[in-house]
Amino acid sequence: MTESKKQFNLVSFLTKYAMVIALAVVFILFAVLTKGTLLSPQNMTNLMLQNGYVLVMACGMLLCILTGGNIDLSVGSVVCLVGGLAAVMVSNMHMPAIAAILTGLLVGLLVGCWQGYWIGYVRIPPFITTLGGMFIFRGLGRFVLNSKTVAIQDPAFLNIFTTYIKIPGLDDGAIKLSPIIVGVVAAVLVIFNTVKNRRERAKKGYRQNSALSDFVKAGLIAVLVLYYCYQLSRYRGISVMLVWVLAVCLIYNFITAKTAFGRYFYAVGGNEKATKLSGINTNKIYFIAYANMGLLAGLCGLLCAARVGSVNGSTGQSFEMDAIGSCFIGGASAYGGSGTVGGVVIGALLLGVINMGMSIMGLGDTWQYVIKGGVLLLAVIFDVVTSRKSGKK
Amino acid sequence: MSNTILEMKSITKEFPGVKALDNVNLKVEAGEIHALIGENGAGKSTLMNVLSGTYPAGSYTGEIYYEGRLCQFKTQKDSEALGIVIIHQELALIPLLSIGENMFLGNEIKNKMGCIDWDRTYSEAERHMRQVGLNESAQTLIKDIGTGKQQLVEIAKAFSKDVKLLILDEPTSSLNDEDAKMLLDLLLAFKKEGLTSIIITHKLNEIIYCADKATIIRDGSTIETLVKGVDEFSEDRIIKGMVGRSMEDRYPAREHNVQDEVNLEVKNWTVHHPLYPERVVDDRISFHIRKGEVVGFSGLQGAGRTELAMSIFGRSYGTGISGELYIGGKKVELKSPQDAIRHKLAYVTEDRKTNGLILDESIRFNTTLARLDKVCRGSVIDGDEEIRVAEQMTKDMGTKTPTIEQNVGNLSGGNQQKALLGKWMFTEPDILIMDEPTRGIDVGAKYEIYCLINEMVSQGKSVMMISSEMPELLGMCDRIYVMNEGRLLAELDAKEATQEGIMGHIIRDTNQDSQSA
Repeated sequence: MTESKKQFNLVSFLTKYAMVIALAVVFILFAVLTKGTLLSPQNMTNLMLQNGYVLVMACGMLLCILTGGNIDLSVGSVVCLVGGLAAVMVSNMHMPAIAAILTGLLVGLLVGCWQGYWIGYVRIPPFITTLGGMFIFRGLGRFVLNSKTVAIQDPAFLNIFTTYIKIPGLDDGAIKLSPIIVGVVAAVLVIFNTVKNRRERAKKGYRQNSALSDFVKAGLIAVLVLYYCYQLSRYRGISVMLVWVLAVCLIYNFITAKTAFGRYFYAVGGNEKATKLSGINTNKIYFIAYANMGLLAGLCGLLCAARVGSVNGSTGQSFEMDAIGSCFIGGASAYGGSGTVGGVVIGALLLGVINMGMSIMGLGDTWQYVIKGGVLLLAVIFDVVTSRKSGKK
Repeated sequence: MSNTILEMKSITKEFPGVKALDNVNLKVEAGEIHALIGENGAGKSTLMNVLSGTYPAGSYTGEIYYEGRLCQFKTQKDSEALGIVIIHQELALIPLLSIGENMFLGNEIKNKMGCIDWDRTYSEAERHMRQVGLNESAQTLIKDIGTGKQQLVEIAKAFSKDVKLLILDEPTSSLNDEDAKMLLDLLLAFKKEGLTSIIITHKLNEIIYCADKATIIRDGSTIETLVKGVDEFSEDRIIKGMVGRSMEDRYPAREHNVQDEVNLEVKNWTVHHPLYPERVVDDRISFHIRKGEVVGFSGLQGAGRTELAMSIFGRSYGTGISGELYIGGKKVELKSPQDAIRHKLAYVTEDRKTNGLILDESIRFNTTLARLDKVCRGSVIDGDEEIRVAEQMTKDMGTKTPTIEQNVGNLSGGNQQKALLGKWMFTEPDILIMDEPTRGIDVGAKYEIYCLINEMVSQGKSVMMISSEMPELLGMCDRIYVMNEGRLLAELDAKEATQEGIMGHIIRDTNQDSQSA
């Protein structure tokens, strides 16, 4: 009965998947413009590694934005502070890598708690609190670095973040086998999950999407995963960094989509008063959003330090804007209450593809800024206009 | 003196799902003070918003004649151009701007260069301020003068717009009695100079004191117009007009089986205002509710009922809360809504849009929000279980919706209320506090909500029902408490209580206040 009503609606389809389509279009556009260079195994590998830091931070930023369009401006400075601290610890003080990593994460978390306390319990506007933090932690970062560039050569530290996985017997040849195995397993899991979900829904008599749309979606995802893994296998295999980044994305996707705790962020952003009267400690939600952001910014500081191999006083500058931009391009509401990790990943990749494509074409920073800003504005205008037309606000 | 300045003919105004005004007629003579009376939600403010153009022509049906001409105001500016000025209950003044700036906000006096002419602004402002007897500098900031003087600024502002017909919506509700008296005397003085005023007020003694005529509105229709000197013009007569409506069949029958066991008991409950801690909002209130009982709380807006309910519900309102709370005979301290929910209390808010529901989320999301742990395994939400309980609640409450994935913001008022009720029923409460449970919803949905309330008490739950609609309280409750200005005035058996009786308690108390001050 409802099936017949549910005819394919092109407009709603386009609106729902607008950013996915935009990503595909931009990707194909740059693939053509760069005559395929964008698609080279090396570039495909680097696409994720270059943007790993954005993805990690955007996951944290999403939680902040969900609580009501609040942002954290200090994350770039926290990257500098934590990265600098780790670099000084392993390079100048010759401490073990694990100590530097744990200290770095702890400092990130403490910074987050500091800001979360003011924002959640004293209700200082997040913009002000984190603008303060942006200056404070940048300054502290430079103090730790003694305003110098500190290089990291400690192999243990670098290996934890930047090596490629090398399983003897699998990854010795020109074509690495481990990415292919991972890809096949992931693709099978995606298809298997879809079948399982559909079967369970049918058994319990729940409403479900048409078989066609479910399987087309699953099929597309499987093909993309396989293709990407194939490209990885032709370069150097799976980077540890990629594992870190994917793990963060998957964990935060799980938290926001599946847990009660994650749902409270949406509730606070949707209507804080109603949420409070529903017996939820909204102060704590704000606190956790920013504490968590600090922790992720710390992790990001470690990732960046390892990837670049050195830290200086301007490491992490304007990272906050990439993270915030990814969230909004990915469909998070500037008023809070809506947004998904999946959307944020797409937003970050869209920015990443544009960056990489323009770099390959030899267009410098100058124009990258203009395009980035334009894309951000366009994406949000599109979001606002379409949601107004569908009568939401 | 039959010189009609304003005539509103068969005005009908509908909001989605509710008819706020139904064929209302109002005739005002030039140079009189005309009082508009009715219970909360009767439609007085709506009528004045139609007149002033706040609701533009076309959004209502009926005709407005002003000074003999048919008027179709598109905005408030149109009506102000003809000298109709409305002063809202919530003063529209900006605290951090000066009196002069506020008076000419939107009508700034400009010089030839197009810049604001401050000298003229302030001298004009002071001229009008003297007219209303306000001896302040026009450069004083609004936040530095009291509410009484702020009210005068509003009137001076009206004079700056060449007012001929002044509409005052509850002008004295936030004033102390001295200031209120001064304001009324001012209106009487202006009347001698030919100003026509319409005054909306709950304070009947004020009407007797200054009004020439009183038009009574009830449930969106005009009931009658009483003329001083012609009709009986007394408080009792007006009260009778305000409340006298039929009650037959609007309330589902219920077996009254109140158990002896007291479920909720409150002793000496005192609450202070959160922003002005010296102001007492609820003063030493004591009451109890038994199992299986519906207990009503009657009173006007500002009586302190919502504040009482919210402060009990885990101190969601107010500061300096003192008093004792017993649930099932045991003394409890509820420090937060979490505590309250854990003790099986539920508060169904009067303001479902700002305090109750998350409008941009689905029915499913809203239903489980207050007790998400019930659909969780560990801390992971069991999506299927959540869908099951949300569909069950939607069915139990009779919420009309295509799917539970519908955003509650897209539902009608009645269905939103049912979704809100479902959300709180999901918390399995023993004591339900229902604040204006039928506000802004149509008669049919009201009946269904009443049925749900009856079902709850038949299961032995207790309901504390706050309502401004007296017939609703009389039709639904076992006992009724009457509150006014933060005090508990009376406890009545619903079988013996009458609307006149309740209103009498409130009016007498209000009058006593004004006289003793």
